This record gives sequence, structure tokens and C-alpha cells, in this order.
Amino acid sequence: MAKKLPEVDVVLVGLGWTGGILAKELSEAGLKVVALERGAPRTPQEDFSLPRIRDELRFSSRNDLTQNTQRDTLTIRNNPSQDALPMRRLGSFLPGEGVGGAGAHWNGVTWRWNDTEFKIRSRYEERYGKKFIPEDMTIQDWGITYAELEPYYEKFERTAAVSGKAGNLRGRIENGGNPFEGARNSEYPLPPLNQSLACDMFTAAAKDNGYHPFPRPVANASRAYTNPDGSKFGPCEYCGFCERFGCEANAKGSPLITVIPIAMRNPNFELRTHSWVTKVLKDPSGKKVTGVTYTNTLNGEEYEQPAGMVALTAYAINNVHLMLLSGIGKPYDPVAQTGVVGKNYCYQTGAAATLFFEGRQFNPFMGTGGLNVGMDDFHYDWNFDRAPHGFIGGYNVAGGMTHGRPISYRPLPAGTPQWGKEWKAASAKWYNSAMIISSSGSVMANRYNYFELDPNYRNVFGAPLMRMTFDYKANEHRMGEHAANVINRIAKSMNPTLMNPATARTEPWSVVPYQSTHNTGGTIMGTNPGNSVVNKYCQSWDCHNLFVLGAGVFPHNSAYNPTGPVGALAYWTADAIKNRYLKNQAPLVSA
Amino acid sequence: MQNEEKKDEGFGRRDFLKSAVAGGAVAAAATAAVTVPQGAQAQPAGNGPAPGYAFLNLDEAAFVEALVDHMVPADQLSPKGTDMGLAIFIDRALAGGWGKGDRLYMQGPWKPGVPSQGYQLPLTPAELYRAGIAATNAHCMKTYSKSFDRLDATQRQEVLLGLSSAKITFADGLPVRVFWSTVYQTVIEGMFSDPIYGGNRDKAGWKMIGFPGVIANHAQNIIKYRDKKLPPNFVGIADMS
Amino acid sequence: MPKVMKEVDAVIIGLGWTGGILAKELAEAGLKVVALERGAMRTPAADFSVPMIRDELRFTSRNEMGQNVARDTLTVRNNPSQEALPMRRLGSFIPGEGAGGAGLHWNGQTWRWTDMELRIRTMYEERYGKKYIPADMTIQDWGVTYDELEPYYERFEYTAGVSGKAGNLRGKIQPGGNPFEAPRQRDYPLPPLNQSLACEMFTDAAKNAGYHPFPRPTANASRTYTNPDGATLSACQYCGFCERFGCEANAKGSPLTTVIPIALRNPNVELRTHSWVTRINKAADGKRVTGVTYINTLNGEEIEQPAAIVVLCAFVLNNVHLMLTSAIGKPYDPVSQTGVVGKNYCYQTAAGATLFFEGRNFNPFMSTGGLNVTVDDFYTNWAFDRAQYGYVGGSHIFGGMFHGRPIAYRPMPADTPQWGSEWKAASAKWYNSAMSINASGSVMANRYNYLDLDPTYRNVFGQPLMRMTFDYKPNEHKVGQHAAQAINDLAKTMNPTLMNPATARTDPWSVVPYQSTHNTGGTVMGTNPSNSVVNKYGQSWDCHNLFVTGAGLFSHNSAYNPTGPVGALAYWTVDAIKKQYLKKQGPLVSA
Repeated sequence: MAKKLPEVDVVLVGLGWTGGILAKELSEAGLKVVALERGAPRTPQEDFSLPRIRDELRFSSRNDLTQNTQRDTLTIRNNPSQDALPMRRLGSFLPGEGVGGAGAHWNGVTWRWNDTEFKIRSRYEERYGKKFIPEDMTIQDWGITYAELEPYYEKFERTAAVSGKAGNLRGRIENGGNPFEGARNSEYPLPPLNQSLACDMFTAAAKDNGYHPFPRPVANASRAYTNPDGSKFGPCEYCGFCERFGCEANAKGSPLITVIPIAMRNPNFELRTHSWVTKVLKDPSGKKVTGVTYTNTLNGEEYEQPAGMVALTAYAINNVHLMLLSGIGKPYDPVAQTGVVGKNYCYQTGAAATLFFEGRQFNPFMGTGGLNVGMDDFHYDWNFDRAPHGFIGGYNVAGGMTHGRPISYRPLPAGTPQWGKEWKAASAKWYNSAMIISSSGSVMANRYNYFELDPNYRNVFGAPLMRMTFDYKANEHRMGEHAANVINRIAKSMNPTLMNPATARTEPWSVVPYQSTHNTGGTIMGTNPGNSVVNKYCQSWDCHNLFVLGAGVFPHNSAYNPTGPVGALAYWTADAIKNRYLKNQAPLVSA
Repeated sequence: MQNEEKKDEGFGRRDFLKSAVAGGAVAAAATAAVTVPQGAQAQPAGNGPAPGYAFLNLDEAAFVEALVDHMVPADQLSPKGTDMGLAIFIDRALAGGWGKGDRLYMQGPWKPGVPSQGYQLPLTPAELYRAGIAATNAHCMKTYSKSFDRLDATQRQEVLLGLSSAKITFADGLPVRVFWSTVYQTVIEGMFSDPIYGGNRDKAGWKMIGFPGVIANHAQNIIKYRDKKLPPNFVGIADMS
Repeated sequence: MPKVMKEVDAVIIGLGWTGGILAKELAEAGLKVVALERGAMRTPAADFSVPMIRDELRFTSRNEMGQNVARDTLTVRNNPSQEALPMRRLGSFIPGEGAGGAGLHWNGQTWRWTDMELRIRTMYEERYGKKYIPADMTIQDWGVTYDELEPYYERFEYTAGVSGKAGNLRGKIQPGGNPFEAPRQRDYPLPPLNQSLACEMFTDAAKNAGYHPFPRPTANASRTYTNPDGATLSACQYCGFCERFGCEANAKGSPLTTVIPIALRNPNVELRTHSWVTRINKAADGKRVTGVTYINTLNGEEIEQPAAIVVLCAFVLNNVHLMLTSAIGKPYDPVSQTGVVGKNYCYQTAAGATLFFEGRNFNPFMSTGGLNVTVDDFYTNWAFDRAQYGYVGGSHIFGGMFHGRPIAYRPMPADTPQWGSEWKAASAKWYNSAMSINASGSVMANRYNYLDLDPTYRNVFGQPLMRMTFDYKPNEHKVGQHAAQAINDLAKTMNPTLMNPATARTDPWSVVPYQSTHNTGGTVMGTNPSNSVVNKYGQSWDCHNLFVTGAGLFSHNSAYNPTGPVGALAYWTVDAIKKQYLKKQGPLVSA
């Protein structure tokens, strides 16, 4: 029998970016908050110190900061006719684990998603007609607007120390920024990073081709900074150990140096690490949750933690898993197209070219998580007409490298042998004389891309694994072809000595190579309980005292990185709880 | 030349160790086994002391040494694979947590699946490596009547091309592609990981391409060395500890 | 669906001592034999070479040659009222894995079990009356006699190269041997090993006390030897790396240097390693088995191998497990006392004293797996009257050390601190100046010590783990008290400088410290189908073409090491198959 603990006001499941924001905000509002984190405690001083944090084998090849798939993983397949098999090791994506979560080891790229996403179905139907959206593309409006979120984007950018250049200040287009972004009320808190040679070369080429390049906004502090909460940042050292690594310079916007330590100093807040939540408990009416059960992995004991309110603040995929394991909300069924939990799982797609310039010195190892120049002409430029190309969504193109770590980064011209003297010579010749142009593309929701519980495999706690069914559809392939053409056109205009051109991917999604940790959907937001798990305040339609945060609430995926709206929605939800829910504990949107 | 090459690649030492043992049995020489440790302590060809493997047995060590010396030959860019510590790196990786299946979900049922589902063997990386070496040597015995480490350079090249293209298949059912990708991964990691793991000795892999290592405070350098080579100063974790 | 192979004459599951004997003998009789071994192939030349085999951390602390419990283990508990939990790492016992099995890393001690075991119930009832045996002590006669087995003991001793001194040659007591052993037709193939100082001191003390010490018989070749099959063993080097290690000198009697290579040279034998048998398949009528299903762990493929005869030759516990998962024979139920599979699991018990002699140099690191001197006065000495102590069975006592490997062996007077300068000084002072006297005691079968399938935990193939319910009973505690007393009385006569006396264990059996790999029972041999799984030939009562070998056949456990009768019974079974079963395929004993 689980040992029952005294009730608290709020239980947070997972302590990364969203858990940290809620922990800080809700404990400051006077609530007794307990955060249950399944991983270990972690601090930058102890865990990210030099020189040990600069260990590519440990942190990149062996994924030391991420979820341990020996303990819990997913099963995966490309379509419902395949046998789903376990993702036996990490590859395609890297969920975080431990205090700080993936917020400790992200690159820092921070975008504002706008109504291009939030009103996706209305806007495409208005412009291109209902038939333009394929029948199996289950995109939907989110129920929230950019105007509502704008202040919360600003709050998150200031918290996380985002370096960038505004492209649209209160409706006025600004030089050097992204002219296609939504109107912002204020500039980024920090100016852009110093640009690399690759950035400058890409900028010039993009401009020559008539595009609108701009330095990508990123939570890598371009200079020392103190955020509105008083958290201090050092300037980025361009060390080239950003994604998959913790930052020893406190220059990367991380919950570990911002919201979490502030919450930890608040006596209303208690953190319990090594606490693996196995279930969210419902009351007999099914309209409220009563708390959670968890296992203390330090001794294997099971506890029940009653709570007035529960917020799921783990990684997107783990939030969905916990909803399914807890039996909250109706599981999605792709055949009947009923149910909502697990629906609209989305991912991202990419293409890349490598350009070799004999004699140039790119010094790829002088890099940061966001050191590249982007262009949004085929993404947030609504004037770009998708009709001739037949796809929905879009992609951004970027030039530059975020690191030059040599186990994973050794650009070689196609056709180079894999070993031997010739391989060594080419590795030596081109390591410092190549640059990358790549694209990141959106993935639209599809009826057959979804999550559910697996019938065969279990995690080490004896619970069923979650099953992921995912593949790219025709929409993504068409977009990929367009992106590869654009990349190659820009690349050729730069006259490289040699070039490995970009090719659109045609093969099924594979779990093996790393692609992106931008997994979205499964606990999606929407306008009514028939099409979504949570309302626009991330509040469960089923149990009004349950909130679900993170990218699982996105009903489809953008070409943009997800952390901007993940952070903004966390602040937005915290505000809704503090200002409205605490006064009247009931659904914030009537069903 | 041929003989010298074989000797350099561990032929002599392994044969000595093996024949000493077998000879002890056959020739009934009660002292044979006793002499073995002294033999093992003799300096092998190449620099440095005998490596002292923690996982690889004699046949496996000979295979790995031959493999890394073939894949990473000595030239003006770097010493050869064994002299860069690649065999030691691989041995330690297989003996350690990664080799023993750390972070690998190892619950059945087991099915081959499709390539996009990734690794699906009921083997830890160490078990895979062991089985793959045995299968490759079995292929070599069948084709050339010699184990891999006793092949000449042309034959080794032929075998590696066969493995990397999966034109070779293993009779016992072990999937060649999975074995090769694991082998390749470990060679690359041994060459470019921090020297604390036993490979990339003297940072020779980093020096080869110009990766400076762990200091990596480039806030000024990114301006100062725009389109210029950073002056050589290679630093590993141990150098800063 | 599994791939179906062509039928063969015999399938052997597991290739250690018994599998090696069966494979060799059946192949020589002209049968097509396939041996399925779940582990890898090993060769002494490649795998046991010096210096790598002398690695205490790897082979002892980390149990490299033991079964990998990450893949398959047991659940354990002391009694049916406890919750059984998995043995998450090896401790108490070390099942082998890979070609050669535990036959590679045993110590070599080789005894002949006599009618005191084989006719245990009859002998005790005759001498002490029926009431002397407790109601819950489920010992029974085995159905085979010493006279029947004697030639097969000899066969095994000559195969394995056992060094020792006969104590009873055709009824004549021989000086220097064990006077209590049953009559043997021939002396051991090799003379005893050279004795250590500890052996000699123990010998003198035991003689002075009126006991009958003798060098323990052991398959460590005291000089070079060629066995009757032509396999050559070299002389033991007294290296001190015997149990848990392979022998580089080919001096330890091992199936890998004897029966297995001979079998593998026979074209009738095919060995398939990495072949994990998941099930023995029964014919529709349940009277025969049709072959086995196994998984090729090199690629996960499932394969069915039909066979006319199946022989279970894996480690005891794995044989029982496979019988249970294949549902052959009725599982034992301790409440109703019906069923047989899993019945009469037994273990062994022990006590030990450490004697410190200031200034003596014992050189414990110069040793072999069987280097000690034993007294059998309280064991196979039937003249010894158990009634005064009230127990069945007994213990034998021995002096000497098998090794001086420093992680495991550092004798220290009781109350020495566990760290610091004083600890260092005591470690240095006594390492070479201490010796041990130990007892090994029998364990009688008990109604509540048994093996069944666990309802909760599974192995990596998705099969239920086997559950072990075991504890020592009052009979064993009485044996232990007497043994400790006898050890201490003897030790005191030796006037040690200091002494850590032997104490009888009173605490429950624990899975944690290493004790002994002498697990027995579960597929016990007996006189009829209602009290046993197999008849005296190791033939299943249920399916006449299924044979079971190994210590699982023992319906209780002796104080002696089990490998002697394990080897003898394997030769006995194979003779019965060749001479009787192949002529008339049916039950060899009518039920």
C-alpha cells in the first residue's frame, strides 16, 4: 500500500522549464507546492564545471543528461500495420531527465509562434479553400491568439535572456530582424550574438537571392545580463558545447539558473527528486484529480501525495504517457477518430547541404546553440503562396554551425572513403573549411500519427510503454523538395569548391539518427472537449484541477523550435491559475 | 616486409601466449604456464607498455588491433590506430557501462523489425562485438583460411568493404549492418573522444583536424580568428584537471 | 511464426559438463546431435590466457562468467508468506553461462555420493525409526544405488582427471584416503596435490583429535595426464585463480578441454551458440516431446528444432525453469503436496573459523580449487550416531584455503576497524599468517522449500521468472551448531595466536553473500511418478523421450559437492539411452 502523505496545494510532475515557472509563480502566490522530479538534483556549479562538462563522448554520444531508456522508453512504428518495437536506445530525440530537464541541455533557440499556427485551419481555409487541407490532416485552431500570448512571450524572453533583433516592433518593420514575425511590444532583452564567417557568408548570399536573413533569436546571452527576477547571466563563451551539455558560464537560458533556484528559496516550495510519478489519481466523480502516486527510486517505496491541483510539467511525451496510464481523458482511436489523448503527435523535418570552400577557415568549434542566420521567407511570410507547391506549413532556412565537436561533426565530400589514408586526408582538409545550410520544416497533424499504450512492452515499473505511430506524409515530402531546392539554389550562388547538395527525404521516419527533440501533441489544446485534451489555459477538460504544460499541447508542429511558446504558455497558465482559477475552482472555459 | 607487418600487428605476442598454453598441455611441460606471465610483460612492438585488456580476449584483441591499424594507418597526419589508443578505447568501452548495455532497453519480446525502428538485438554492445568478431573471423577463415588479423592489407580492405556494404553475410544470423555500424562508431569515438577514455592518445585525432579541445572560450576568438586558423593548443580534460 | 528446422535425433539444451558428455557419447553412437547453448563459445586458448584471466575484479567481483541476471534471474523469498522479489544481481550462487557452463569455473572438487544419499529414507528409518524424520522433511530414496553408479563415478573421475587418494579399494581401507567412502574398484587417476602448510597443520590437529583426515579429491591435475578419451591435462600451477576463473594451464577438469572438443570434432554434432531455448514442445498426446523452440539471440529470430530426443543439460535452476515454462510434469504445490516439478529444492550450509598464527607464512595465494584436507567423521561415517544431535545428514570439516585473492580474502581478527591505519596494519600483518577451517553441511528436503513460476516478474524474453522459496530449517541449524562446535574444539587444539571462532548460522538464508553454487532439486529423481519428475535414468515420467541431467535430479542435498554424481549420472543416463532406449523407445522404468 502506498504511504499517504499530507495534502499540499499543488503537485508539479517534473521540474524543467514549465515546472520551474509554475513552481516559482505559484509558490510566490502563497500556494504550497511540491515538485516531483524523477531524475537527480543538478546544479551548474556541481555538474557543469570545467573541464568535465566538455566531454563529447559522455554527453553527446552516450547522452548522459537525458532520459535513460533502460528504465522507460517508447515503442515505435511508422504506421498501424507495423509491429511496434521498443526504442531501445535514444536516437531521433533526447528527452531530458533530472532537475532542469531538457532546459539544461537545449540550444536555446527561442521563437514566437503566432496566429499562422494558432489559427491554422481558419487561415488556410480562408485563403486556399477547405479542399486545400487533405482529409487526413487533422490540424485545428488552438483556441488561443498571438495577441493573448504576446506579453507572456516577452516575459519568457526576458527570463531566459534571449539575444536577437526585433523585426516587427508594434507593427513597424525593423532592419536586421525578421520582417515576417508577429508584432512585438518590445525589443529582445539582448542584442544578437557575434556572427561567424559562415553566418556572414550566408547572410550575403540570402540577400543576393532576395531573401530576408536575420540572426536567429536564442537564449545564449550575448553579454552579461540580469533578468527581471534578478537572475544573473554571464556572456556566452562560444564554446561549441551547447546542445546536450550544461552551460558552465551561466550564459544559456536555463531553468536551473533562473526560475528553479528562486522557487527553491521560497519556503512554500519543496522539491523531491528521485520521485517517479506512476499515476494521477481521480476522485470518484472523475471531475477532479486528488493527487498522484509516486515511487521513491531511492528505496522503491510507493507514496500517495494528495493535492488540490496537479500540473503535468514533464517532457511532452511523458505527460501524454501519464495521462494514458492514469485513464484521464478518452484515448484517441485513429480508426473511429474518437478520443483525444494521444492525438496529433507531430515532429519536424529537415534538409541540409554541406559547402566546402578550399582555404577558408570557418572554425566551427567557435559556436553557440543559436549561432546561425535564419530566413523565414518560406515560413512566416504569409505572402508566400503555398498553392503552386501544394503544402501547408513551411520551413525556415539557416546558415552556420552550432558546434564542431569531432565525433559527430567531420564534414566530408560525398564519395570520400570511410577509413584509410584518403579518409584521414579529407577529414583534415575539410574540417575547418566547410559550412552548412539547413532547413527545419513543420509537420502537420495527421490522423495516423498518434500515441497510445503499447500492448506488449513494459517499463521497469511494470507499466505499459507508450506506443508512437509516426511517419512523414505527402505534405512534408512536398515541402522537403521545395526546401532542398531553395537551399541548393542559395548554396550554388556561393560558389563553393565542392558541395554535398540537400536532398528531400523520402524514406520513412527512423528512430536511429538524431533529428530533433521537438516532439509535440498528444495532450493537445483546442476549442472544445471533442477535439482536445486541454482548453486554451492548458486546463484538462475532464478534471478542472489538472493542468498539462509543454509542447504536448500543440495541435500541430511548426518549423520553429517549440520552447518559446512552451515558456509563454507556462506563464500564461500560471497567470490564469493565480488570477482566475484560485478564485473560482472550476473550468476556465465552459465546454 | 610482409612478415614485419604481421609482427607489428600483434601476431607474435598472441601466438606466443597461445602456443605457450597449448604447448603446455600437449608437450606436458609443467613449467610452460609459469613462463607465460614473464612473456606477457615483454615489450611488444610499438611504443608504450602492453596495453592490458579488460574485455578483449587474445583473438579479439588481435582483430581489433588489426582493424584499427588498417582503418587508421600511420601517415603524416597521425600515428596508426593502435598507437592512438583505439584498441584500448574499444576494450574499455566494451568492458564498461556502455558495453554492458547501460541505457539500453533490454526487455523482450525480440523481433527484427524494420531498419527505421533501430537497434533490436537481444545483445549488449559487448556481446554484439564479440559475436561479430567471431563471425568475421569465421568468414575470413572460410574465404582466406586465415583470421582477419593475419590477412594482408588488400584482403583486409576487401573484408571491410564487404562488411560496410553488407555484401558479406554471417552464417550464424548476426546482422552485418548492425555489427559494422557499432564497430565504425567505436573507431570514430576512439579517435575523437577526450583522451581520458584511452583513445585519441596525445590528442592525435584532434590535432589531425584542428579541433582545439576543452578550453573553448572563444568569445574573443570568434572575432579575432575570423577566417584564420586558431594557433595550435590542444587541451584535454586531464590537462585541465 | 518460428522457422522450422529439419528434425535431428537429439537436441541438447546447454553445453556444460552434462551436455558435453551427452553430446560426445550420443554422437559416437551415431546420433545426429544439435546442442543449443544460450551463451557464447569459449576456448581456453583465447579466453583464459594469462594475464587477462587473472583479473579478480572482472571474474569474481563482477562475475563475468556467471549468468547475466539483467536477462534472466529468479525471484527469491524465505517462505511462502513473504513477497518474492527478484535476485537483481548474483550473490549466493553463480550459475554458469556459455559453452562449458559452470564446468569452466568450478573448483574441481569431486565426490562420490553413496547410498547414504541414494537410499536416505530407508537407511534413516531402519536405524532411527520413522519418527526420527520430521513430517515436513520430504527426503526420499532416489531409485538408483551406489553399486549401479560406481562404474560411472570412475568414468567421470578418469575423464576429469581427479587427484586424490582412495580410502576404500574394493572393501579394503587404504591409509591416507577417506576411510568412510564406499568401496571403489580403482584408485583415483592421479595422486593427491601437494599439500600446503595449512593442510599439514590441519592434518596433524585432526589426527590428534582422533579424526581421519585425507586430501580432498579434486579435478585439479596433480601432474600431466591424458584421459581415456585422449584429452590431455597439464599439471596444476597452484595459481590461486580457480573457482570463477577458467584454467589457462588446462589443469582443471573442464568439459571444454575434454568432452566438448571431442564432440565438436564429430561430424554428428552441431553446436549452435546464442540459442536461447524458450520451450520444449510436447506432442498432442502429451506422452512425447517433439523438439524445442529457441531464439537466436544474434538476430532475435525464433526457431523450432524438432528432435526425436531432448536432453536438458543446462544449470539445475534453468532446467527446472524450462520444465515449468514448458508445462511438462505437474508443478509442485506445497499446500496440497501434490505435483513434482519444483519440489525438494535444496542448498547447503556452512560454518567457518579463522585461525591467526603470528609469524607463520601460509601463502594463501599458492593454491588450487581443491587444496584442503577433509575429515568425514561427521558425514559419510554412518557409525557416527546422529541421534545425540537430533539431525539427519551432517557436515564435513576441512582446513586450508583455495585462494588468496585480495578483494575477497583478507583475514582479520574480529573487532579490527573497517578502515584507517589500524585496519591497514591488521590487513598487512595477518594476510599471510592466517588459515581457515570450514564445514560444509547437507540440507534436507523440506515441504516448503521449492521452485515455481513467479506471478509478477518476467525475464527479457517475456517469460515468468522462476520463484525460489527457501530457508534453513531446524535440522540444518542443528547440523550447523554441531559443526561449529567441532571446528572450534579442533581449532583450539592448534593454539592459534588469535581466533575468530565458527558460529552456527541462525539468520535466514540470504541471497547476498556468496555461499555455494550447489543448488539441487526441482526435477527430482525417484521411484514413481507421484514422487518425482524423472526415473532413475533421468527419463521424464511424462514424456519418455525427454531426459533431464544435472543436480536438479537430487531429491535432497549432501554435504558433498555435487559434480561427482552429476557427471556419473550423465554417463549412466547416456548408457541407458544407448543400450536400452534406442532399442525400445519407451519408458525405461514402468510407472
